[in-house]
Amino acid sequence: MKTVQYREALREAMVEEMRKDQNVFLMGEEVAEYNGAYKVSQGMLDEFGPERVIDTPIAELGFAGIAVGAAMNGLRPIVEFMTWNFALLASDQIINSAAKVLQMSGGQYSCPIVFRGGNGQAGQLAATHSQSFESFYAHVPGLKVVTPSTPYDAKGLLKAAIRDDDPVLIMESEKMYGDKGEIPEGEYIVPIGKADVKRKGEHVTLVSFGKIIKVVHEAAEALQKEGISCEIIDLRSVRPIDYDTVVESVKKTNRCVVIEESWPLASISGEIAYHLQRYAFDYLDSPVIRVMQADTPFAFSKVLIDEALPNVGRIVNAVKSSLYVS
Amino acid sequence: MPTQTMEKNTKSKAKKSLDFSKEQYIKWYKDMLVMRKVEERVGHLYIQQKFGGFCHLYIGQEAIVAGTVSACEKGDKHITAYRDHAHPIGLGVHPKYMMAELYGKKTGMSKGKGGSMHMFNKEVNLMGGHGIVGAQIPMGAGIAFADKYKGTKNVTFCSFGDGAARQGALHETFNMAMMWKLPVVFIIENNNYAMGTSVKRTTNVEDMSEMGKSYHMPSFVVDGMSVEAVHYAIQEACERARKGEGPTLLDIRTYRYKGHSMSDPQKYRSKDEVEDYKQKDPISQVLKTIEENNLASSKEIKAIQDEVKQIVEESVKFAEESPDLEPHELYEDVYVQKDYPFIKEFL
Repeated sequence: MKTVQYREALREAMVEEMRKDQNVFLMGEEVAEYNGAYKVSQGMLDEFGPERVIDTPIAELGFAGIAVGAAMNGLRPIVEFMTWNFALLASDQIINSAAKVLQMSGGQYSCPIVFRGGNGQAGQLAATHSQSFESFYAHVPGLKVVTPSTPYDAKGLLKAAIRDDDPVLIMESEKMYGDKGEIPEGEYIVPIGKADVKRKGEHVTLVSFGKIIKVVHEAAEALQKEGISCEIIDLRSVRPIDYDTVVESVKKTNRCVVIEESWPLASISGEIAYHLQRYAFDYLDSPVIRVMQADTPFAFSKVLIDEALPNVGRIVNAVKSSLYVS
Repeated sequence: MPTQTMEKNTKSKAKKSLDFSKEQYIKWYKDMLVMRKVEERVGHLYIQQKFGGFCHLYIGQEAIVAGTVSACEKGDKHITAYRDHAHPIGLGVHPKYMMAELYGKKTGMSKGKGGSMHMFNKEVNLMGGHGIVGAQIPMGAGIAFADKYKGTKNVTFCSFGDGAARQGALHETFNMAMMWKLPVVFIIENNNYAMGTSVKRTTNVEDMSEMGKSYHMPSFVVDGMSVEAVHYAIQEACERARKGEGPTLLDIRTYRYKGHSMSDPQKYRSKDEVEDYKQKDPISQVLKTIEENNLASSKEIKAIQDEVKQIVEESVKFAEESPDLEPHELYEDVYVQKDYPFIKEFL
């Protein structure tokens, strides 16, 4: 094993796959000469040259559409968005073209493409730069959406995504790129659609994904000190969702709290709660509770940021509420 | 339609003397006649409610597809908008498969899953049929990007209407296509109306070929009622693309005789305007050339017309008699992954 940053794990995935498959290339704003806005693609221009590591103008709709066309014609593009907020401009090509061309062509043209970039709040960047898009895109059949929360998952899931014949969206975070973690020396794949039990526990199941999992771990530690044992399930993919792993855990703990760094309405947590009441009703000893980001645009003020986000205190309270303890 | 601009800028080299073979003229005539007659029948069938969805006819614009196809090579790629019934016909796909698609049948070009606006055929490199106005502009450049990346000499023909040309994606794409010298020919099927809004009412730059010039893209106005003019313009653009010189913009001036779609009462234009264009009809022009140069006898022409009638009949019969899709096919062709775990909750 070796210790790498999250950004290095992503880079290893891209580099390994590009060495193996000539049809894989990277395009996006600042990915080549600038070495990546967040240094994910550092050094890749030197190794692969400007034909395969391609700087684009600031034209998300245009280059996303070009990548979709390239994917339909036999290539396997990796498109880096500086953040998913900016990818809203490209969402027509993601939702209307990439996700649908296989069906609309009666199976004749597929779109093996990876869209990746920073997602969610990343400090005091105010409302337009702080949004989470997992549930937006998870809503759309034809796409796959993955949310790696560790360097290990980042490399394994990105490699799986590049090899996948369907369009895959990777939700990263500016705040995770510097996170360190262990990964194997050699190659490995993390399959899309398989959740990961990040912490074993007995009393309550905590379901989450993406960078907020770090806060969930802190809360689980705090609760452990009070004798409350939490099982943490990292969904890793939010389309498809590995419901079985969640249900199996809840059958054991009989309680569930879902923690999501996003708005409450039409969220992944709402989906998990629905699924549990439908398919694990008899196993639940208390209502499923969720800890969410506030139902407002993300403000600039530090005070309002702290007020808006899930935190250790709120998760601890939610867990205790589900256990009916104070 | 500013015809004076067309005369000034036109790339048409069409002359009275014959530049093309007898076979070419006959093929153009037959192909365009199939497009016309199939579309006329499609219009009738739509009124009879034989199938649903939207229905945008190509009648009047046939020379664009015919002239493009005669000037292109086998490995070239084609992508267009939702007015896409004629493209497969021009590319050699029997119209019965297009017709079956309109009927939403399993035998349709896109297995009945795409409908009128989404005609695909991988064998002839027809990569849609796209319903979102202008979405195919960057996609077309991307298809060309892949061919350049792979080192082929293939060219992509990316067609869109004068309405789609007002999408922002056009400018983003033109910029990148020129910078990367992508082998793509952008074809504006300029029928002068974005649905009911004339070119005049959407811009103060009525000469759409100007749109390429700000990116230094070679841009030309072409007479879209002349199949020869289209052929020449496409041929020149292809040569440029195959030499690695990048894209070309062709503002091909055409006219649709019918409404934007079948539900269009056409109150935005006069009957005289439509009649004026019918005088320049691309099929009549080719037929006139054939007749004046004795390229075919009246008997032979009649035989072609009869054959076309047969093709139309056969197409309708095939579509009507083809099987519907099975309900379980709902879950096919959504993902390449065969065992994708769809959420299925029907009781």
